[in-house]
Order: sequence, then structure tokens, then C-alpha cells
Amino acid sequence: MPIHVHQYANGLVLVAESMPWVESAALAVLVRAGCAYDPPDREGQAALTCEMLQRGCGARDSRQFIEDLELLGVDISSVVSNYHVSFGGAMPADNLAATLAIFADLVRRPMLPPDQLEDARQGCLQSVRALEDDLSSKTMQCLVRRHYAEPWGRPSQGTIESVERIAQSDIEAGYRALFRPNDAIISVAGKIEFDKLRDDIARLFGDWQSIPGPGPRETPPLRGYQHIGCESTQTHIGIAFPSVPFASPEYYQARAAIGVLSDGMSSRLFTEVREKRALCYSVMASCHSLRDRGSVLCYSGTTTERAQETLNVMVAELRRLAEGITGEELHRLQARLKSSLIMQQESSPARARAMAAEWFHLGRVQTLEELKSIVDGLSVPRINCYLAENAPREFSYVTLGARQLDLPAD
Amino acid sequence: MQFRRHTLSNGLEIVAECVPDAHSLGLAFFVRTGARDETAEISGVSHFLEHMVFKGTPKRSAADVNRELDEIGSHSNAYTSEEQTVYHAAVLPEYQGRLTELLSDILRPSLRIEDFETEKSVILEEIAKYDDEPPYGAFEKCMAAYFGDHPLGKSILGTSASVSALTPEKMRAYFEQRYSAANIVLAAAGNVDFERLVSDAQQYCGDWKQFPVHRAAPRAAAHSDFREIVKETATQQYAIQIGAGPAASDPERYASRLLASIVGDSSGSRLFWELVDTGRAEWAVLEAHEYQGTGIMITYLSSSPESMPENLERTQAVLRDVEQNGVSDDELLRAKSKICSQLVLSSERPSSRMFAVGNGWIQRQEYRTVRDALNAYQAVTVADIRDLIDKYQLTKQTTVSIGPGFPA
Repeated sequence: MPIHVHQYANGLVLVAESMPWVESAALAVLVRAGCAYDPPDREGQAALTCEMLQRGCGARDSRQFIEDLELLGVDISSVVSNYHVSFGGAMPADNLAATLAIFADLVRRPMLPPDQLEDARQGCLQSVRALEDDLSSKTMQCLVRRHYAEPWGRPSQGTIESVERIAQSDIEAGYRALFRPNDAIISVAGKIEFDKLRDDIARLFGDWQSIPGPGPRETPPLRGYQHIGCESTQTHIGIAFPSVPFASPEYYQARAAIGVLSDGMSSRLFTEVREKRALCYSVMASCHSLRDRGSVLCYSGTTTERAQETLNVMVAELRRLAEGITGEELHRLQARLKSSLIMQQESSPARARAMAAEWFHLGRVQTLEELKSIVDGLSVPRINCYLAENAPREFSYVTLGARQLDLPAD
Repeated sequence: MQFRRHTLSNGLEIVAECVPDAHSLGLAFFVRTGARDETAEISGVSHFLEHMVFKGTPKRSAADVNRELDEIGSHSNAYTSEEQTVYHAAVLPEYQGRLTELLSDILRPSLRIEDFETEKSVILEEIAKYDDEPPYGAFEKCMAAYFGDHPLGKSILGTSASVSALTPEKMRAYFEQRYSAANIVLAAAGNVDFERLVSDAQQYCGDWKQFPVHRAAPRAAAHSDFREIVKETATQQYAIQIGAGPAASDPERYASRLLASIVGDSSGSRLFWELVDTGRAEWAVLEAHEYQGTGIMITYLSSSPESMPENLERTQAVLRDVEQNGVSDDELLRAKSKICSQLVLSSERPSSRMFAVGNGWIQRQEYRTVRDALNAYQAVTVADIRDLIDKYQLTKQTTVSIGPGFPA
């Protein structure tokens, strides 16, 4: 199906795809106000702002806001990433226009009620404490922080101290400085009429005033190895190394190589670490992309006495990747990628999220046909050429568990 | 859309919701066996067997199984619950035949000793993983405390000791008591070629043995109990509370799901406004779970240890208020809107319809369209919810709390 793109005079971009075979519509609204823009001593401000936005907007208090969405059958979700505060929801397609009106209030006319700040803060502090019990996420957050440093490696939830420091005036000032139509994306997929959608959004968002966006200040990454001592049953292992970003012409070569490493039950990590050696239950690797740089993130969790061997086998597999992949491995990966693309047509929320991400990283949205031809065009020589020139190296490590591990020699 | 069914002469049932213009199809073998069918000696065998099913057959090695599942681009997995073991995959329509043959073949596993010992280590790693993850086994501990000697009180994973003591012979004996052709349903949804599915099933499953399989399904009675388990390394405190609810074949199950949404949905419910919106708790959720012969209403709470006693009291106050005053028309209307919308949205994926069709058949020998389910939810009245509350006392719960501990 064709992709519709429309940029409004204030900079807001609408990307949309009609999926006439579904009864739903899905919506994603991304505002460039993510945690990378939190003031240095106010980490968690974007997350607290996101929480406050949902406590009343337009003429609705927080209860009315949620009840109106419930009546429309909208399952709202919110996410704070480094770049964006985003809201999403899927709904029966007939309710799209009414939902857009509520989302316009949400990002444009929040009440930010001061009497709700402490409740919202307590909610955010619950998330900070909960992360202490989520050992695999904690490991990977520490890894991303070491790998990308400030502000792109920053976790969104902040710390107990930083969240306690955020004042009502910080929330209001941050909202005024960051919530803007320029750099914002609205992505819609499902049973839609594009012309009506474009006009509805013009009416709801067209007079939103653009303002200059800030540029966050970067610090150099730490990299290296960090061990976090913890009396846990398992040792959690995170490994990161540099790769290309989503916008790179070589991205799909890199993505395919990591697919051979980790996609599916016949992938190398699953086969070598779990199936042959039974070292763990979970092992994975995935591509992670910022706008101008990318990385590969790997994870496994295993009992302490097997952690060293798990780390050794994982690193050996990462290094072996430089020797190249086989035609059979690529063929299996292509089958998996193609079925994923086709199944994406059965999910309006998945399509809306994917389109928003593509617009952000590429400045355009690829049709599923284009993506299928990219998958068909993958070739072993090109992937192996990429791997020979971009051998996995410069690993950063984080381990969390009872014992520190020895890093495999270079 | 058309519902089709066929039973092979050995009792294997095939059910499908055929949607010719769907992009993909979902296919699954639902085996009516799980933790409730185990004895203490073989605790964890259903789940271990689920892993062993992927470890090969007389004509395939474990690597062959993994490789072939990927070659057809399948999104496949399996799970074991208290009462079912399900092997499922979603593929594009051109791979229906290969998937049917492959899943049928692996459902008759070799259980080779070397694969068995390797996979045992993976299971022990899985047990270790859950040992580190909130709520640190509190769900199973609360199920055990609530159900006592009832079969649903048994652990799905088993313990390190029970899994370590399992042998291929014990697993094979269990397989030969439970994996009767007549105890298995092959369910499909989406772009399914039903004639081909039946003829493939006849070819690949037609010689599966049929033998009697027994399961006791008594109703369990709610009782009040409180247990606290200390986990010093945890930061947050977790509480699981279980009370009685409708069984899988009780018509009241639609009312109980609406009640659970009104009282304990993750957003917009009474527990949400009392505990989550106020920042008192990270989680406060009530869910209805139905099983064969009985059901439960289960509450999950997590918060800082020091605020847990107050949060438990506030939860009880919310439940007491519902018991005394019931729910309002507005609340019921919103819950219907929410649940019906989610039902319609999720049904756009053939794989999610496959689970609905398979579950309906294995639990009730019943097929319901999405429209049937929507109508059943829409028909529930405030008076029905009142009857439900009177029948199942929400505040009569067994509680297990785990974490660093809180003042008595």
C-alpha cells in the first residue's frame, strides 16, 4: 500500500498507511522531548513530565481523560526514550478522530496540576526501585550507559535523588521548552481515509507554534568493563560493540549478520550457548540505533559457576562472525524476515510504530514492498565483505552477579 | 470466515477458523496435560517434556528441528501451564504443509538420553532465572498455599531436586499416559487450507495411539491465609492474593472478567485509582483465571516494603466496598468498551485467534466467533455482577508476600 506523508507548516510530520483489511486504527505521537534533554541534575524529568501530562489535559481531569479513552476503546501506552516522549494507542477505526482530539489536548494543553505532582513523583520512584529488582534490565541499562555515555546512554527513569529534586517549575519550564510540533511525528496505520485524517490533524495541531529545539551536550563514553556485585542466583552478562546506524547504507548488512547470530532457534548464539552447551536459558543479540551511530547489544543470564564459560562462548561467536556467514544461514534469515514483514500487515500498532521509527531515522518511510526487496537483495558476499571490514570489536562489558569474570583475551 | 472441524479415527480433533484472505496462519497442538496431572515425584515433567519435544525424533536431530522451523520462517514457541501444553507456530500460507508435518513429527519425540541431560541443564537454568526475577516464585507459592492438595497447587517448573531426579524412562511413562491422540487438539486459524490440514493430519498423526486419559477436576474452596517469605536481596515487596472465581466452562466467566477489569485493570480501575495513580504501589492488578472445574481471582501488588501493610489494607477496603455496594452502570459500560475493543483488535492476528479457538475447544469443546464473545460480554448486567460477587467472596483470599519484609 502507498505511504502517505504530509508536513504541516509548523513542521509537524504525518505519516500514514491505509490497511483496508483491518477494522482498527493505530496511532503513535512522538514529541522530541525524551530523557536526553533532561537537565543534568534532573534525570527522570521527561518520565515525570510524561506522567504529569496524563493527569489532566484540555477540559478533562485525569479521571475524565482515562474514562473518555476507555469509552473509545483506546488502550493508551506511553514511552520515554532518549529522543522522544511518545504516546500510542490502537482503537476501532471509527474512533480515530475522537482519539486524535484527546491526544491533541494531551501534548498541547496539559494541566500539569501541581496538586498531582507528589503522586506522580511517587509513581516514578516506584519504577526506579522496581528496576533494582529487574537484574537483566539493570545490567543492560548499565551497559548502554557505558557504551553511549551522556546523554544517549541515559536511562529514562532517573535516580531516587534526581527524581526527588524535580520541582513543578522544572516540569512547566521543560514542557514549554521541549513540546513543539517541529521534530514531532504522528504515525497512523489502519482503516483510514488519508485526506480526512490530514485535515483532522490540521485542525487539531495546525496552530501549534513551533519553537527552536535544544541540542543536548555529549560526554565521551566510558566503555571497558564494569562488574556489579550482587548475591543473585544468576550472573547477568551484557556485551556491546559499535555498529552502523539504521540510516547507514550498510545497515541491512549489519542487521543480517546479527540475525544470523541471534534470530531464530537455529541462530548461532542459541545453538552454541544454549543448545550445545546448555549454559543458559536466555541468550540474545540485537541491533540498537541512535540517529548517527549504532551498536550491537548482547545479553545472557546464567548461573554463577557457568558464567565464565558463557561469556567466553559468546565472545568467541561474536569474533567468529568476522569470518562470514553461509548461504544456508542467510536463506533461513530471509524466510524469517519476510514472514515478519508480511505479518506486520496484520497489526496496525506494529505498522504505526515501525513507520514512525523509519521517518525519524531515515526521513522517509519504506513500503513493505521496498523492505521485501531489500531482504531479497541481501547477499552472502556483501554481508561477508561488510563483516570483514567491520569485525565485531571494541567490546564494552557489564556483568552483574556474585563474581567478577575474566575478560577473554583479544 | 468459516469454522471447520474433523475428528480422526484415533480421536485427534482438528478445529480451524478459516479466513481465506488472511496473510498468515497460526497452527498449534494443544495437549490436555500440565502440572495438575503430575505426581510430586515427577513434578516439572510436563514442562521438561515440552522442551524435549524440540530435541528430535527418529528422523530429525534437535538441530534439524530448529533449522527447519527457521527455514519456513516460522514464529514458533511452546508453553506449559497448569493444565495444557501447547506447541504453536505462525507461518505464511505456503508453508502450512511443511509446518503440519514438522509439528506432527516432533510431537512423537525420541527423548534421547544425551539430549535429555543437556536439556535438564537448560531447565535448571530456567529455574535459576525465575529465582532472580520478581515476584520470586510467589505466584506458584500462593497457588500451592491456596489450592493445598488440589491438583492445581502443583508447580509448573518443578524444583531443582524434582527436575534433577527425572529420567527419560519416567518422562516416557508420563508421555504414554498423557499424549493420547484423543487428548490432543490440532487448532488453526487464518489462511488455512482445511482439506489439506485434515489429510496431512491423517497422514502424520493417524497412527498415534489412543488410550483413556483421566483428569480429576474438583472445585476448590477459598480460604483465608497469610504467608510471608523473606527475600533479603529484593528492593520492592510483592504480594499475590488468590480467591475463588468461575471455572472455564462457567457462563459467569464473562462477568468475572468484567469485574476484574472494573476492580483491577492496570489503568482506570478502582485499584489503579487507589494505589497506582497515587504512587502508593508500582502494580495493583486483579485478574480472573479459569481452569477446568474451578477458577481464581488473583491480585498482584508491588510497592516499597514499608508501604505494603497499608496497601494490603487499602486493597481489602476496595474489595470490601465492591462486595457491599457492587459496581455502577458507568463502570460496567467502560469495562465492556475496553474489553470488547481489545478483543476486536487482537483478533486481527490469526495467531491470536488460533489461541482462542484452541483454548475454547480444549477447555469446553466449543467454538465461539469474535461476535459471540462480544455479545456475551455485552449481555452482562450490573445484577449479574452482583450475583457473581455474592457467590465468590472477593475478600476471602490466600496471601503470599515476598520481599525484604515489612513491620507486622
